[in-house]
Amino acid sequence: MIYEWLYNITGSSILSMFVVSLLPLFVFILPFALLAVLAERKVSAHMQDRLGPMRVGYHGILQTVADIIKLLQKEDLVPAATDKKLFNFAPLLVFAGSYAVFAAIPFSSIFIGSQIQLGIIYIVAVTGLVVAGILMAGWASNNKYSLLGAMRSAAQIISYEIPTLLIILTIIMITGTLSLYTLSELQTSYFWNWMILGGPATGLQKILYIPLMIIGCLVIYISTLAEVNRTPFDIPEAESELVSGYHTEYSGMKFAMFFLAEYANMFAVSAIVAIIFFGGYQSPFGYLGNAIGLHWLVPIEQFFWFTAKGLFFVFVQMWLRWTLPRFRVDQLMAFCWKYLIPISFVILLLAGLISLI
Amino acid sequence: MRDYFLKFWEGLYTIMIGMKVTFRHLFVPSVTIQYPTVKPQLPERERNRLYVNMDDCIGCDQCSRACPVSCIEIETVKSTPGDDLGKTSNGKKKALWVTKFDIDFAKCCYCELCVPPCPTDCIYMTDVYEFSEFERDSLLYDFATLTQEEREIKKKNFKEFQVKKEAEKAAAAKKAAEAKAAAQKEKPNAKTDKPTDDKKGTD
Amino acid sequence: MALKTEEMVLNMGPQHPSTHGVLRLELQLEGEIIKDVIPHIGYLHRCFEKHSEAMTYPQVIPYTDRMDYLASMYNEFGYALAMERLMGIEVPERVEYIRVIMGELQRIASHLVALGTYGADIGAFTPFLFCFRDRERILHLFEITCGARLLYNYIWIGGLSNDLHPDFIRLTKEFIKDFKPNLKELNDLLSFNAIFIERTADVGILPLETAINYGVTGPNLRASGMKWDLRKDDPYSVYNKFDYEIPVGSGEKGKIGDCWDRYFIRVREMEESLKIIEQAIEQIPDGDVKSAIPKRVKPPEGQIYTRVENPRGELGYFIISDGSLNPSRVKVRAPSFVTMQVFPELCKGFMVADVVAILGSIDIVLGEIDR
Repeated sequence: MIYEWLYNITGSSILSMFVVSLLPLFVFILPFALLAVLAERKVSAHMQDRLGPMRVGYHGILQTVADIIKLLQKEDLVPAATDKKLFNFAPLLVFAGSYAVFAAIPFSSIFIGSQIQLGIIYIVAVTGLVVAGILMAGWASNNKYSLLGAMRSAAQIISYEIPTLLIILTIIMITGTLSLYTLSELQTSYFWNWMILGGPATGLQKILYIPLMIIGCLVIYISTLAEVNRTPFDIPEAESELVSGYHTEYSGMKFAMFFLAEYANMFAVSAIVAIIFFGGYQSPFGYLGNAIGLHWLVPIEQFFWFTAKGLFFVFVQMWLRWTLPRFRVDQLMAFCWKYLIPISFVILLLAGLISLI
Repeated sequence: MRDYFLKFWEGLYTIMIGMKVTFRHLFVPSVTIQYPTVKPQLPERERNRLYVNMDDCIGCDQCSRACPVSCIEIETVKSTPGDDLGKTSNGKKKALWVTKFDIDFAKCCYCELCVPPCPTDCIYMTDVYEFSEFERDSLLYDFATLTQEEREIKKKNFKEFQVKKEAEKAAAAKKAAEAKAAAQKEKPNAKTDKPTDDKKGTD
Repeated sequence: MALKTEEMVLNMGPQHPSTHGVLRLELQLEGEIIKDVIPHIGYLHRCFEKHSEAMTYPQVIPYTDRMDYLASMYNEFGYALAMERLMGIEVPERVEYIRVIMGELQRIASHLVALGTYGADIGAFTPFLFCFRDRERILHLFEITCGARLLYNYIWIGGLSNDLHPDFIRLTKEFIKDFKPNLKELNDLLSFNAIFIERTADVGILPLETAINYGVTGPNLRASGMKWDLRKDDPYSVYNKFDYEIPVGSGEKGKIGDCWDRYFIRVREMEESLKIIEQAIEQIPDGDVKSAIPKRVKPPEGQIYTRVENPRGELGYFIISDGSLNPSRVKVRAPSFVTMQVFPELCKGFMVADVVAILGSIDIVLGEIDR
C-alpha cells in the first residue's frame, strides 16, 4: 500500500496520510475533470456534426486549461442580497462531498485512499453532503430560480438514493461484504466472475442471477445518473427553465468548484457501477504482468482497467445527455417511486430467494 | 400490469433508437467550418457592404431617395461652363460635382433598394462583410473623391458663377425690358439646369 | 392548523433562455404549480405600422421582413399580394411559382426552427442543431437567389428582385432528397422518444372551442382538430394547382390539441411543403420575373385586406391608400400576437417546466408580436 510505503520512507504518519489523501485529487480528479470537460464538448460536438473546441492546442486539447485560467482570473462576485457565509461555504461543501467519495474508491489493489470496511455505505453516506451543499447554495443565493433548483435537487437526490441502496443491499446480501476492496477481489480473474454475470456463484444460481443483475445494473445506473443531476434527470439545473438552477448566482472559482464537483461525481458514480457490477479494477481476461512474470505491472494494469471502465460509463452518461430530453419534476419522482423502487425491491426479494438454493 | 411493463419497455426502446442516431453521428463529418481561417465561398449575388464607383456617379440622388432608412447623403454642386467632368462608362455626361457622398453603414439595412434605380450602375453591393468598428463614427463612409479644398473651391466657383449669372440676368432683363423683343434669351439658363434633381425625379 | 402559504411571483424573462426572444412572463406560482400567467410584451416594439406611413410602398418591404424574422419571405409575399390586388396588377405565372417555392421553403425553415428550439426547451439539444443544419441549406438557397440569408427583400410588388439562380433547381432537388431521411431521423431522435412524449402529451391542451374564440390560426388551430388552411380555403397565388394534404391534430399520444399534437403537426406540414415544392419545380414555366413591376407604385385611393397562410397562421395586411406615394395606414394581423393571448389559458394548473413546453409549442416570434 502507498501509505505504508510512504510511512517507511518518511517515518511520519501525519505526513504520509496527508500525501495519500491528496493523491486522488492531483493524480485523478483534476486531470479527469480537465479531460472530461473537453471530452463532453468534443463528444457533443461530434454527435451534432460540429467540431467543438479547435483553437487551443491540437484539436483544442488545452481548451479546459484555458477555461480554468479564465475562471481563476474572474472577479469573485457575491451578490448583495445573499447570505454571505452560506454562499461562500456551499461550493466547498459540495466539492468536499464529491471529493471524499474518492477516499474509498479502490483504483487498484495497492491504491486505495482508505481501506474502510464499510466502503459502500461510506460512499452513499458521504454523497449526502452534496445535497446539503446544493440546498445551501440555493437558499443563500436569494434567487427564486436557485431556490427552485435546490429544492428539486434535494428531493431528487434523496428519493433516488433509495433504489441505489436497495440494489447495493442486494449485492451485499449476495457477497456478504461491505468493503469495496473485498468486493473487487471477489470478482477476480475472468469476466464471467463479474457480478453482472452472476459473480462468483456457480451452477443454477449463477444462471438465475444473471437477468436479475442486468436489470439491477440498469436500475443503479439510472438512479446514480439522477443523483449526479445528469440528463435526463438534470432538472435542478434545467437551463431552459431555471436558467442554471442552484449555481445561477455563482461565478469565477466558486462556479468552477461546482463544475469540478459535478465532473468528479460523474466519475465517482461510474466507478461505483464499475466496482459493483463490472469487477472494479479486475481485468476481464487475466493480467499481462502475471503472464510474463513482471508482478509490479499488475497494479498498473489494474489502474488502467479501472479507469477504462469508469470512463466508459462516463462516456455513456455523456451520450445519454446529448440524446435525451429531460423529465419534468413530478415525472421524475413518479419514475423513481413507481418504477425503480418496486423493481429494485423485487430484485432484492428474488436474489434473497435464489441465494437459498 | 401489461401497460406498466410495456411503458417501461417503450421508454427503453425509444431511448436506444435515439442513442443509435447520435452514435451514428459521431462518425459523420462536421458541417461547420473554422471561420476566420476557413471562409465560405459567397454567392455572386451576395448583399453586403455597398460600394460606389465615383467615376461613374452623376450625383442624381436616386439611390438616396430609394433608401428606406436614409443612410445615403448626397450633396452636389452644379458645374460651371468651363469645367470638364468627363463621361461615365456608359456614355452619360456628368454635369454635377459630387461634394458629399456619405453612406452610414450603421444605418444601412442591406436591402439593395438603392441599386436598381441607379442610371449608371455605379452603386452596388459587394461581398465584404468584415468591417465592424469600435466607434460608430467609423462606419460613416465618405465616397466622394474630391478633397476638402476642392469641394470648397467647387462651391465657391458655383457661387461666383451664380452671382455672375444673376448680374447677367439682371442686365439681360433690363435689356429685355428696354428692347421688349428678346424673351427667348433665357434659354441658355434652362440648359445648365438640365441634370438637376427635379428633372430626374419625374421620369 | 393550516400552514400559512402564499403565492410566489416568479419573473420569467425578458432575459431568459427559453422565452423565445424578449418576452416577460409574470408567473404566479403555488409551489411549482402555475396559478396565473401574465405575459408582458412590447420589448421589441419598432413601430412598424407607424413607420410604414412615412415610407413609399416599395420601401415598406424591408420592414415587413423584420416582423417575423423567421418567415421573412412570407411577410413579403403577403404584402406584395395585397399591393397587387390593390393596384390590379397581373403577375406573370413564373413569378407566382417562384413565390410559392420560396414560401414553402420558408415554411420548412421556420418550422425547423420551431421544432429545434422546442427540443432545446424540453432539454434535448442535439435535435436543435440537426434542425439548424438543415435550415442552413434552405438559407443557402435563398442566399444564392437574392443575396441575403434572413431579411430577403426578394418579393417585390409585381415581381421579384432577381430571377432564380441557375443552380437553384438542382440544389433544391438535392436538398429535398437529403431532407427526407433527416426528417425521419428527427422523428427517431425526438418525436417518438418516450421522455419527449411524456413531457408534451396531455400538456397545454387547447380545446377547439377556445382556439376559435381566441382567433388562433395556423398549425395551432389545426392541431386542435380544425381543417383550416388559407392555402386551401381562401386560395391565393397558384396554390390550387398542387396536390397536397392539410394535416390536422389527431390526439395520437394524448388529447387532441396538446403540445405533442402542435409539435407533430409541424413535422407533417414540412412533408406536405416538400410535396408542393417538388410539384412546383416540375411545373415551373419560363418568363420574365420583372416585367410586371410598376415603375411608380402609386395605388388608387382605396383599401384592402389580404391574408396569407404564414408558417404561424393567418397573416393579414390591411392597407389604406390615399392615392399618394405613401400608405395612409398599414395594419398587420400578426398570428403570433393572437396566439399569445391564449397562452395564459393553456398554462393554468401546469408546472413551471410546462410553461416552457407550452410556450415552445405555440411557436411565437416576438418580432411579430411587438412589430
